[in-house]
Amino acid sequence: MKATLLGFLEVARNAGISVSNAESIDAFNALALVGYDDRLTVKDSLGLVLAKTAEERRRFDACFDRYFDVGKLDAAQRASDSEALEPAESRPESEDGTLPSLERILLDDDRASLVRLLYASAAAVDLASIRLFTQAGFYARRILEAMGIVGLEASIARMRSSGVAGEARTADDLELRRDAVRELAKDLVERRLALRGEEPQGVRDRFLLDARLTNVDRRDVERMRVLVRDIARRLAIHHGRTRKHARRGHLDMRHTMRRNVAYDGVAFKIAWKKRKIEKPRLVVLCDVSGSMASLAHFLLLFVHCLNEALADLRAFAFANRTIEVTEILRDDSIDVATKKIMAELGFRSSDYGRSFEDFENDWIDAVDRKTTVVILGDARTNYGDPRVDVLRRLFERCKRLVWLNPENRVAWGADDSAMLRYLPYCHMASVCNRLRHLERLATDLLGITQPRPASVEL
Amino acid sequence: MDAPSLAVPGSIEAVAAGLARSGYICDRRSATAIYLAYHLRKPVLVEGPAGVGKTELAKATAAYLDLPLIRLQCYDGLDESKALYEWKYGKQLLYTQILKDKFTQSLRSSATLQEALSELQSVGDIFFSEQFLEARPLLRALQQERGAVLLIDEVDKADQEFEAFLLEVLSDYQVTIPEIGPVAAVVPPLAILTSNNTRDLGEALKRRCLHLRIDYPDAKLEEQIIDVRVPGIEGTLREHLVGFVQRLRRLELKKPPSVSETIDWARALLLLNVVELEPEMVRQTLNLLLKYEIDIEAAGRQLPALLASPHRNGPAT
Repeated sequence: MKATLLGFLEVARNAGISVSNAESIDAFNALALVGYDDRLTVKDSLGLVLAKTAEERRRFDACFDRYFDVGKLDAAQRASDSEALEPAESRPESEDGTLPSLERILLDDDRASLVRLLYASAAAVDLASIRLFTQAGFYARRILEAMGIVGLEASIARMRSSGVAGEARTADDLELRRDAVRELAKDLVERRLALRGEEPQGVRDRFLLDARLTNVDRRDVERMRVLVRDIARRLAIHHGRTRKHARRGHLDMRHTMRRNVAYDGVAFKIAWKKRKIEKPRLVVLCDVSGSMASLAHFLLLFVHCLNEALADLRAFAFANRTIEVTEILRDDSIDVATKKIMAELGFRSSDYGRSFEDFENDWIDAVDRKTTVVILGDARTNYGDPRVDVLRRLFERCKRLVWLNPENRVAWGADDSAMLRYLPYCHMASVCNRLRHLERLATDLLGITQPRPASVEL
Repeated sequence: MDAPSLAVPGSIEAVAAGLARSGYICDRRSATAIYLAYHLRKPVLVEGPAGVGKTELAKATAAYLDLPLIRLQCYDGLDESKALYEWKYGKQLLYTQILKDKFTQSLRSSATLQEALSELQSVGDIFFSEQFLEARPLLRALQQERGAVLLIDEVDKADQEFEAFLLEVLSDYQVTIPEIGPVAAVVPPLAILTSNNTRDLGEALKRRCLHLRIDYPDAKLEEQIIDVRVPGIEGTLREHLVGFVQRLRRLELKKPPSVSETIDWARALLLLNVVELEPEMVRQTLNLLLKYEIDIEAAGRQLPALLASPHRNGPAT
């Protein structure tokens, strides 16, 4: 049972449930307490110990059902096999527990021994460590080799060449059964792999974090969203913390007393609880013009998630002019919001000068000395006037101006890119075309450091 | 101990039965959680929508185990002086005054400054000692002779820093007071934390807890709950009203009615001597179930369908 539970913990870990050593110990303790008899109790207990969020609970349930279903199948198989074994006591292998050769088993059609040999071989080649579906063929072959398929093939060949009629028929028989064994091995590997099914997620996430946003496959978009949301959510947690206690100080009794013990307890020096906490106020300007179209989706998604995270975020989208999208992002789901914004501005050619001018005319009040302005754009002005002066005024007015450019540094300033002209008026300018960049930005913006979740740890 | 009332939960069934005796009907998972929490000495983190009985679970557990319930309501800005301990400043002040008087008397006799100093050193320093310690809920829970049920309500409302204080309390059942040192629990309390998920709790805290999620109960469980909490309500009415609430929850509402609302409503119906759910009467009492105008309107529009034969949809699951 210990091995089974350990196996399950491993599977649960792969399914994205964080199972630390402490939790493994808890799981064992819990089961030692409630016993293994009742499936539902076991499930409830393990669920209580292992799953930490509703999402993890869902994964746990799926994982548990799948794992212990397979286990049950195997157990049932073994049970029926051992029944089949009972009458055949005279068989030589049951004396010392070693199994006869594959050939012998197949000739006798001894299914019980066959299954036992299969599992023993699977254990011998360490099937449990299979990770990727590309390894399936390899593992199946190694299991077959461990079962002694090479010897079997040799025997079959020998029988064929012997020319005896009876031998040839036996060879035919054996070949049929050999194919069945192959199927069995393949099936076993696939079942094990299904348990591992979610394992590649971590690998995939790592890949997605570093993939260029423009190159992300359609099928990965969903997963990207989860990752983006994750980044924004972590932001939210920390933002939620830094926002507290921003009010005026209270009398700090404890501190005051301590200070005034020397003065006979007469409150001579008064201490106040004053924690000055900075509230990052964000204004985000997102370029959704044609040249940015492939990226705009992700940028908007990021802004949308940020919006969920930060109470006082104002978001603007621009192409040839600027519109405020704070409310659209707040009220609508990301799909609807993106559609609305793209319908309004999408695929127009960008006019940075005009857009900045719009922003300065209508919304400059949104920017004050506490505001961080983030501009997401490629600075491709289509040879229009970049209006560097507007950006300079913005730069002087805000606390920090961050420019995130999806183009690589070498492309900055080439052709119609005004990036180099804007550069002097940015407190920070960096390349941003991977999820990891967004993550770093999030961290830099709020000045937080936070360990990455286990799934994306490198 | 000779007190037979001091229940030790022997099995999950015993916990469920015991909680039921305290008037709390729960599903098996909740009972398992309490059972495990008791025996593994781990805190339980209870999550779920408002009004499904998260706080009640703690109260019922305290009643069942016959232990005092110590409650710590969390809020924005809760700090250790409110949750853990505080010094009794007034008494500390008086103490220094007394000390001063006493010493001026006795020091008069000592000849040199050196002598006076050694005299002063010889007196035990009790300025920061347990005598001047005002225990707040967390410390008080640790000091209970027989143990306690410690309810930390709405832990998600407290700051992240506060979680750090909780960590020591919840994993080692001790509190470290800088001036004194660690104060360990006499008997580890059974800690129950509730959260409405307004923010994500820290990993460290989550890892230390059993994680129980209580959702809206199914019709059968809810009927049992109503049966226990609102005795005297007639069987068919109970069935109908639970069915109605269950169907109401399936609408897209801002805040679906919780168990506590169902109980309130059932009480109101009992008080109004209602025998059958009539549209007009339901419409008038809908504000007991729904707390938002927009929800009441939405439900009002669908009222005929919601009230239509409760058997049509079958018992909700």
